[in-house]
Amino acid sequence: MNFDYNEEQQLLADSVRRFLAKDYGFEARKKIVGSRQGWSAEVWAQLAEMGLTGLPFSPDFGGFGGGAVDLMGVMEAAGGALLVEPYLPTIMAGQLVARAGSDAQKKAILPQVVQGKLRLAFAHGEKGARYNLAKVAASAKAAGARWEITGEKSVVLGAAAADRIVVSANTAKGMSLFLVDTKDAKLRSYVTLDEMRAADVALAGAKGEQLGAEGGALALVEEVADFATALVCAEAVGAMKFTCDTTLEYLKTRKQFGVTIGTFQALQHRMVDMYVSYEQAKSMACLACSKVDAPLDAKDRARAVSAAKIKIADNARHISQEAIQLHGGMGMTEEMKVSHSFRRLTMIAQQFGDAQHHLTRFARLS
Amino acid sequence: MDLNYSQEESAFRDEVRGWLKANLPQDLRQKIANYEELGRDDLLRWHRILAKKGWVAPAWPKEWGGTDWNVVQRYIFEEECGFAGTPPLIPFGLAMCGPVLLRFGTPEQKKRFLPGIYNGEAFWCQGYSEPGSGSDLASLKMKAERVSDKGGDHYVCNGQKIWTTLGHYADWIFCLVRTDSNMAKKQEGISFLLIDMKTPGITVRPLILMDGGHEVNEVFFENVKVPAENLIYEEGKGWTVAKYLLGHERMNTGRIGASKRELAKLKDFAARQPGDDGRPLTEDPRFRDKLTRVEVELMALEITNLRFLDQMRRSGQPPGADVSMLKIKGTEIQQALTELSMQAVGPLAQPFKVVANDPGFDAFTAGLAPRYCNFRKTSIYAGSNEIQRNIISKMTLGL
Repeated sequence: MNFDYNEEQQLLADSVRRFLAKDYGFEARKKIVGSRQGWSAEVWAQLAEMGLTGLPFSPDFGGFGGGAVDLMGVMEAAGGALLVEPYLPTIMAGQLVARAGSDAQKKAILPQVVQGKLRLAFAHGEKGARYNLAKVAASAKAAGARWEITGEKSVVLGAAAADRIVVSANTAKGMSLFLVDTKDAKLRSYVTLDEMRAADVALAGAKGEQLGAEGGALALVEEVADFATALVCAEAVGAMKFTCDTTLEYLKTRKQFGVTIGTFQALQHRMVDMYVSYEQAKSMACLACSKVDAPLDAKDRARAVSAAKIKIADNARHISQEAIQLHGGMGMTEEMKVSHSFRRLTMIAQQFGDAQHHLTRFARLS
Repeated sequence: MDLNYSQEESAFRDEVRGWLKANLPQDLRQKIANYEELGRDDLLRWHRILAKKGWVAPAWPKEWGGTDWNVVQRYIFEEECGFAGTPPLIPFGLAMCGPVLLRFGTPEQKKRFLPGIYNGEAFWCQGYSEPGSGSDLASLKMKAERVSDKGGDHYVCNGQKIWTTLGHYADWIFCLVRTDSNMAKKQEGISFLLIDMKTPGITVRPLILMDGGHEVNEVFFENVKVPAENLIYEEGKGWTVAKYLLGHERMNTGRIGASKRELAKLKDFAARQPGDDGRPLTEDPRFRDKLTRVEVELMALEITNLRFLDQMRRSGQPPGADVSMLKIKGTEIQQALTELSMQAVGPLAQPFKVVANDPGFDAFTAGLAPRYCNFRKTSIYAGSNEIQRNIISKMTLGL
């Protein structure tokens, strides 16, 4: 048992943090958020340059063979900068390719992803399924060597930025995965509350390339969803850290009644509770990332991830709401970064299942 | 980063578990399982068993009997003691006076007191709080006047201490006393004294708590003569000692092993306890979710605790103010568990004092109501949780 980042992990996290501090400040981010596509090709090239797009992929494809723990520091930095680039969708769908794809598919896709030339997304959730990963209505029909996919996927993060989308759909043998070219799908794109881009994806007999075995994809979907959940927990920790730090700074500078408001004990104790929330959340993110990398079994992994997500969701809510309250009216304004971290933390609390979902799942696994 | 235990760590756990199983006397195990009150002899008996094995003070330096375990091993040991349900090790000697002597004591003082603390020959208690000095500890008034007569140099002590846990069992008390009342700052002029409880002029009066139990006392000092060689560190520098000690005290208040054991018992009970609809309470989502949230908080605290220990191991620095959060969260969890236990037991929580072997009451149910009452103390003692927040606010956040 140890809690250190190794030297490589620490160096990488530091360099990402430095890059984001320099080139991804609040103003730079605002420009990207306001741009037509909502992400930046230059930033993406930089992320690839730093090796981030290759981090969790095998050296066979030019990657670094890293796991969730290797990504933790990166995700924390991304969380602190409120990164809106479609990084997680690409990593997540890339993991599906890496874990289910044929050698030919991996060779065709992963080196491109690693080099930053290809972005991916994972289209799984559907209206009415809520957080139930098993509930898929989209269907796939065999058409020669290919498949035709029909269905509607909702809130697919990074869909418009993606070149290819991994889609889940049912065949006669059950849930299966397919690769679909984004241009073969109909996208209704929008900005999310946390200023990322997502789309509802309509597929009407879209050409699909089978990814992995036909049927039985749920176990892999759960595994990769747990991987992504652990990463988003780490991202939340970064956003929480920023939120706590900026609120503390505000308490030390904002004056009322002739003194800084941080001299008031009523506010000091609330600030302390925010930091305690952050440390507890960080502990659970460590647990989740460590367990998705080296679980005793699938249940051990799922239980740890659900426990982490419960804590992250509860504490994201606590920290973000308190931060706005302690900022007073200024916290409500768009010009303060804290209102944007509030939006991101609010979404993270619900991403990949809210506290209620994971409470139920945790109980089922106990 | 790897949160799984290594093979060596698992082997160490097996060794500790096996030894505890073989060496924890059955009657003590039973008393703990039944939440019975433990007497002086019970407490010292377990202390001496561990001392004989050489495991009673793992954190002490090797030359004084420490084990040289790393922080993870120490944590595993504590956790296994919690799982096994061993009697608690009373911290006043081992975890408080001992570390103070190791840090501030003269070679003579170390030689005189440490072996007795280690071997459980002397029962220690703590004389800090006074009726007018609770959270505001530095305002303490108990007076110690230095006098010289033909018997040598002495301090003559007058005043009162309160909340003296297990003072009625104690052979010795370590006290914060005021040796100089004319200092500008109240933190100055305080000294740290070791006082033999058999000295004439000391009176111990029990304070019965709302659970009906006798664990704390008032201790009165009337012209109590304390030899000057019982002064630890410099006269007037007692606050430095007290601050050092508080850091140690807070390290032990997470009580994670014990909370894990209580959680397991509560889950086991709730799985057997039918709710109003006849299905087990663990299948009632409202109850179950409350229980899960406490379990998750405890998981997080365990890792937070390990992270702090790990930091300590790497930096070699004593725990910073951040450990106050272990006290806050640890006690919140302990209280939440007793509260949820009360809810799980339902109407049967009403009988106040049932002996554990009373037919119709299992060990979990009997004594639960007093325990719920008793555990309200945890967020008050050892620096109230509000004081802990003040500490984090000032020391860590710089507010």
